[in-house]
Amino acid sequence: MTIPAVDPAARTTPGETLVEFRDIGMTYETGTTALEGVDLTVRRGEFVTVVGPSGCGKSTLLRIAAGLESHTDGTCETSTDRVGFVFQDATLLPWRSVRRNVELLAELNGLPAAERAEAAAEAIDLVGLAGFESSLPRQLSGGMRMRTSLARSLTLDPDLFLFDEPFGALDEITRQRLNDELLRLFAERGFGGLFITHSVAEAVYLSTRVIVMSGRPGRIVDVVDVPFDLPRDPEVRYTAEFGELVGRVSHSLKEAHA
Amino acid sequence: MTQLANTPSTTAPDTTTPGATAPVSGRRRRALLATVWPPLAVLVVILGSWTAASALLGDQSFLLPAPHRVITEGLGDPIVLPEIVEALGQTVLVAFIGLAIAVVLGVGWAIVMLQAQWAERSLYPYAVILQCIPILALVPLIGFWFGYGLPARVIVCVLIALFPMVSNTLFGLQSVDRSHHELFRLQRVSRWTTLWKLQLPAALPAMFVGLRTSAGLSVVGAIVGDYFFRRGTPGLGSLMSTYTSRLLAPELYASVLVAALLGVVIFVTFGFLARLVVGRWYGATKS
Ligand SMILES: Nc1ncnc2c1ncn2[C@@H]1O[C@H](COP(=O)(O)OP(=O)(O)O)[C@@H](O)[C@H]1O
Ligand SMILES: [Mg+2]
Repeated sequence: MTIPAVDPAARTTPGETLVEFRDIGMTYETGTTALEGVDLTVRRGEFVTVVGPSGCGKSTLLRIAAGLESHTDGTCETSTDRVGFVFQDATLLPWRSVRRNVELLAELNGLPAAERAEAAAEAIDLVGLAGFESSLPRQLSGGMRMRTSLARSLTLDPDLFLFDEPFGALDEITRQRLNDELLRLFAERGFGGLFITHSVAEAVYLSTRVIVMSGRPGRIVDVVDVPFDLPRDPEVRYTAEFGELVGRVSHSLKEAHA
Repeated sequence: MTQLANTPSTTAPDTTTPGATAPVSGRRRRALLATVWPPLAVLVVILGSWTAASALLGDQSFLLPAPHRVITEGLGDPIVLPEIVEALGQTVLVAFIGLAIAVVLGVGWAIVMLQAQWAERSLYPYAVILQCIPILALVPLIGFWFGYGLPARVIVCVLIALFPMVSNTLFGLQSVDRSHHELFRLQRVSRWTTLWKLQLPAALPAMFVGLRTSAGLSVVGAIVGDYFFRRGTPGLGSLMSTYTSRLLAPELYASVLVAALLGVVIFVTFGFLARLVVGRWYGATKS
């Protein structure tokens, strides 16, 4: 449960399958069909982002992977118990300090106090929150709260990391900085990522593959591989190739919307 | 407000040396004065009209003894004061036992209702009924069943103080966000862990709102119970009843005043307690 040292090279080349959706369909009890015929695989060392119009079932997809929702059609196999889930809001407990918030998951998993303190200290360091351990969530900015949330998931050392529009509420600069840090963590840890966003630029910058979904019921309409090297140079955002990819994803998104 | 506060601070000479007064403490003192002065002015008006009304009543002034007589013949009287103080002690005792029981029962009731929708559906109506029935009508029955001593008074107290604890605790427990619940669900923890580490702490601010209301009501309950049940040590209720029947107006006013002060002290104390416990993280806690 503490964060073991990992050989980055071993974890950044696509490895074992972490989650595999096959022909997934999901119809809620209310009769709303959120997803239809979705095929998607995330392997270790892959960072897959999903973009799509709001209400198309992106959160539903993520919640199925996490086991929070059960799909009504197809199969979904998750091959690891170490699943990190980062919610749209930071979901911190307002009565706990940053340190105690970061310790929460380890605490709920029954880790001894010394071990979880160590894991928390390391995760807090990783997200650059050292010095704010005793602050309460209400004293933090939105970006710092999200970092705390990220650190909390990191203590579990997840193999599969699920993100549901985590940076959607942040300003552009904070969002870019957190994107860089997330990519650095990804390069260091080599987990498998499934990331939902409504920002096309964020999707292209973060991922090894972008999935474009249609409006409800959500279907995959385009898959775009992102060729840029990892760890990624922030300057890549200003290249023509990057702009081209953003254009292609935006175009698919627009067509799916029509 | 600030103008009101400035006037006294300029007329009253500063007792501290000028250099030692930091601007911050001066501002704080002015803020304190601003909160103290307006109600104090109202008090002066009330006392003035009271004295005037008492004088106008002439030989019927036993109905409304002048304020100073409430002090000299009531609170200041060497026989009356110990009587009132002892009664106050008894009332506080009953109110606190009643409040403690109401808190335990109320929180327990809310937790049971939280466990299942059917539990809430079948139990919540009774909490509402408890709130709706006039407890005063039940008081003779309670005396009939439980005697006229301390237990009967505590029961009246609990019946009156219970509802705010039940409803506010339930509201607080149910106020937890879906995503927070899911955070816990993802770790596959038991419902008791979720209750203990998530729902109860999240409910604390609401519980303190309930506690403050219940504390005030438990004083009412203690006095009402005492007013009807006369066995054992008299509380403020018994004392008021006795003073009324003997037409001892200054003494009666003195005991009413003490009961009112007790209410205020409890309100302020529980407000302070709430700020102490949850004020650090819960922004909306008002004094
Ligand atoms: N628990 C639920 N019960 C019924 N319908 C739901 C539920 N959750 C989501 N939906 C519906 O399913 C559709 C997809 O929702 P969601 O996955 O949250 O979309 P997205 O995250 O892409 O915006 C929406 O139309 C939404 O209203
Ligand atoms: Mg969503």
